[in-house]
Amino acid sequence: MDTVSRKGELRLMLIFSAAVLLMPVWLSPFGAAYPDLLQKFAIFGIFAVGFNILFGLTGYLSFGHAVFLGVGSYAAVWSFKLFTMNVIPAVIFGVIFSGIFAALIGFVSLRRSGIYFSILTLAFAQMSYNLAYSVLTPITNGETGLQLRLHDLRMIDALFIEAGEGLPLTNLFGIKMSGYPGFYFCAVLLIIGFYLALRVKNSPFGLALKAIKSNQTRMGYTGFNSRPYMLSAFMISGMYAGLAGALLAVTDPLAGAERMQWTASGEVVLMTILGGAGTLIGPLLGAGLIKYFENIFSSYDDSLLHQAFSYLPDAMNDVVVGMISPFVGDGWHLTLGALFMVIIIFLPGGIVGGITHLWQRLVKKNQEPTEMEGKQQ
Amino acid sequence: MDAIFLQILNGLDKGGAYALIALGLTLVFGTLGVVNFAHGAVFMLGAFCAVTTQHLLTFSKKVKDEGITFFDAYKEVPYLEIWWGETGSFIIDYKVPFSILLAVPVMLLIGLAMERGLIRFFYNRPHADQILVTFGLAIVIQEIVKSIYGANPIPVPAPEIVSGSANIGILLGLGDSVVYPWWRLIYLANALVVIAAVFSFLKFTTYGMVVRAGMQDRETVGLLGINIQHRFTVVFGLASIVVGIAGAMYTPILSPDYHMGMDFLVLSFVVVVVGGMGSLEGAVLAGFMLGVLQSFAAMNEVKAVFPGIDQIIVYLVAVIILLTRPRGLMGRKGVMED
Amino acid sequence: MTTVLNVSGVNKRFGGLQALDNVNLKVEEGQTLAIIGPNGAGKSTLLNVCIGRITPDTGSVEFHGEILTGKHPYEINQAGVARVFQTPEIFTELNLLENVMIPALSKRDGTYHFNIIARMKEEKQIQAEALHFLEDFGLEEQRFSDAGSLSRGDKRRLELAMCLVQHPKLLLLDEPTAGMSRLDTNSTIELLKKIKERGMTKIIIEHDMQVVFSLADKIVVLAQGAIIAEGTPDEVKNNPKVQEAYLGDEHA
Ligand SMILES: Nc1ncnc2c1ncn2[C@@H]1O[C@H](COP(=O)(O)OP(=O)(O)OP(=O)(O)O)[C@@H](O)[C@H]1O
Ligand SMILES: [Mg+2]
Repeated sequence: MDTVSRKGELRLMLIFSAAVLLMPVWLSPFGAAYPDLLQKFAIFGIFAVGFNILFGLTGYLSFGHAVFLGVGSYAAVWSFKLFTMNVIPAVIFGVIFSGIFAALIGFVSLRRSGIYFSILTLAFAQMSYNLAYSVLTPITNGETGLQLRLHDLRMIDALFIEAGEGLPLTNLFGIKMSGYPGFYFCAVLLIIGFYLALRVKNSPFGLALKAIKSNQTRMGYTGFNSRPYMLSAFMISGMYAGLAGALLAVTDPLAGAERMQWTASGEVVLMTILGGAGTLIGPLLGAGLIKYFENIFSSYDDSLLHQAFSYLPDAMNDVVVGMISPFVGDGWHLTLGALFMVIIIFLPGGIVGGITHLWQRLVKKNQEPTEMEGKQQ
Repeated sequence: MDAIFLQILNGLDKGGAYALIALGLTLVFGTLGVVNFAHGAVFMLGAFCAVTTQHLLTFSKKVKDEGITFFDAYKEVPYLEIWWGETGSFIIDYKVPFSILLAVPVMLLIGLAMERGLIRFFYNRPHADQILVTFGLAIVIQEIVKSIYGANPIPVPAPEIVSGSANIGILLGLGDSVVYPWWRLIYLANALVVIAAVFSFLKFTTYGMVVRAGMQDRETVGLLGINIQHRFTVVFGLASIVVGIAGAMYTPILSPDYHMGMDFLVLSFVVVVVGGMGSLEGAVLAGFMLGVLQSFAAMNEVKAVFPGIDQIIVYLVAVIILLTRPRGLMGRKGVMED
Repeated sequence: MTTVLNVSGVNKRFGGLQALDNVNLKVEEGQTLAIIGPNGAGKSTLLNVCIGRITPDTGSVEFHGEILTGKHPYEINQAGVARVFQTPEIFTELNLLENVMIPALSKRDGTYHFNIIARMKEEKQIQAEALHFLEDFGLEEQRFSDAGSLSRGDKRRLELAMCLVQHPKLLLLDEPTAGMSRLDTNSTIELLKKIKERGMTKIIIEHDMQVVFSLADKIVVLAQGAIIAEGTPDEVKNNPKVQEAYLGDEHA
């Protein structure tokens, strides 16, 4: 805490903001500079940054965070349907409703820790998912998913604008939220979210969370009541997820229950650990990498592969394509699962953790070995 | 009354599947201390052993259909029928029971490979890491199966003779409204037999006793000079066989597809937690209990009062149990409480 | 003299084991009470009852007239009771400065404090105080290294610093010198003497009789959960029952 000075934070935020806002420029050599993908980077970045506040700082592994993503989406679409196509209320509703859900689920789940906590969150997620598909159909529109209709109420919009032909578009006071404007909207929210996460991490509040992760017993006997701290962390990360869900609806106004499925919860876990849980940049990096490779891998099919390796002799070409093709296209999930395993087996600290470790090793070599005693004699 | 009896029966076969899966999970967890999220995928692999058996047995050849005389018609006839006639058809008909012959060695091998190749490196890693790596493994297994067998469910029917329903109502003097598919009865019996076999293995063989002692106190048993590691590997294989049989036999009830494992896994974890982490008896008890509860919740009378209850009952019970009895129904003290 | 801690009629069973057997105990202000007794006598269990880790089957613990039994550990700590554990309980993944800052923050933040934007002046002060304590314990050079990398003796020292930075009204020490070298033990004794001069009330569990006799005002001897003797160090030293139960081999 406070080991990072205000100046240091400012510098970090400047670099970060520049990097995010200039993504359309520096990502174009990677073929990733088109709005749809950039929006995904920002949105899932927010999701992962928020998830990291819970998992990275407190060590509590939630397997049900996709619920809040879903709730955020539903709330946003309802805001479009009932009130206005303006995205500001939609985002606010998304955050508020996911916050309420997080408060309820967190209040119950946080009575247990460790794997019991993971399973409780998983149980709640499955309940929400099943209910969204069945009895909650009036709210969620079941399997079809919640969509905009021509005859939606849009009470606020109705006061000001004449209803046009066709479905109205989401907008920010008239600016259409598709394409680049949509990306910049998400990007600004990502920057704000990142700043808040940074402050959480460097504040006494964040220190308390890290202490809970490190030794909850000691925390109690040191006069700290962990419960409200954990609940805040859970709610904050739930609200980030809700924001991400709302933004998904902003860029593409529909919401379906599959967004709440536990595999979706697994994905954000993977993003976080791939980049490095507990680090600031890691989860963002993880989210970006996964969305980027998902995009590339799932767009390939055999004929594209044959083209890509056309410089090889025919026989070789077939062999190489045969080896790669199970991993691309529909096989993207296979790659994802394998990646999951590789990261956890070989890089428990994620990419950022690995780099830090390497860096420390290099620096240590130059210094004389400090007194490093084993953890236990 | 009849309806209630029927619901209990209905729940018991599903409960049998839950109990078997949960038993395997608990064995692995209790002995190796590993939280195995790939267990559901192993269940699915068991089911696909039955699918594979079906494929192998019905390997066919095109032959001229003699029944049609106007033109040349061909039909697929399995080699087995060509070679062995009636006996061949019989074997094909009984593919599900026969698939166990394939499932047992295959699942054993898969189990051993998993333990030696991956799980053993995770004994001393945090539970979160175990969850995550086995979660990754589950996805990998599932995707491989998908790329081999496709995404659609593959029906694997039960033998002809038991494809109908048993009129248990009349057998038990309850009136003839109580009918129940034979195969489900068989599944229930099969589950009970496997459970009994596992328990007697643990209770009555010296090998099993060492394993149980290891579940209680791993270090001490290790100090006695018994190679507990080796035994745990075997236990992992055993757990895989148990869940594999559970999967293979379940195919006539539910046509297997590549993600059936995930669906069952989440439920089975709930079952394990309700039963109490590390308690074999608890896992079995909770498996049957939740199966029955689920089938009661699916009754229209119940759904009329609590809409949607059938969708969430299992999770709801889990939440309540976890909050009121943190150790589950029969859990031991101090298991994973930090 | 005011009574700081009053343990009355405490019983605790673990299954078939009577871990505490009708324990009555009073600690006066400024006093250093030593609890001694063979392994498994129930000494740590008694401290666990005091800090709310274990609820006794019967009996109660009063602290400055306030009943502690049934309260949450954090409330008991906020009331002014701090404890050093038999195996150090520290935040191994955090650095030393953070380790000491957390207890220093607990008066303000313990119940709940959420502020991620403003940087408060008091936080600077708290940091300075934490640093000051680390200096007192000769740990300031390592202030940015992880607490987990410390030697065992240093871990104990750190935990002691974490307790003292809270300025507790009652300090409970469970074998503070176990596993320390003679040198470290001596410096710890010096440190504890200094604390005593400041008038802090303490309960100390110790197997090392040198430590006990150089610090204690009063000694309580626990065996199989029951108090078998209590009194000044000299009284206890000469008590035949005690020699038989515990001191036998050391003073033979
Ligand atoms: N939570 C518990 N559950 C069951 N038994 C316990 C528990 N805590 C302590 N015991 C038992 O109570 C008895 C007293 O333990 P305690 O730790 O208080 O002894 P002690 O006097 O501190 O011994 P030592 O000098 O070894 O630290 C021991 O037999 C111990 O095994
Ligand atoms: Mg002790």
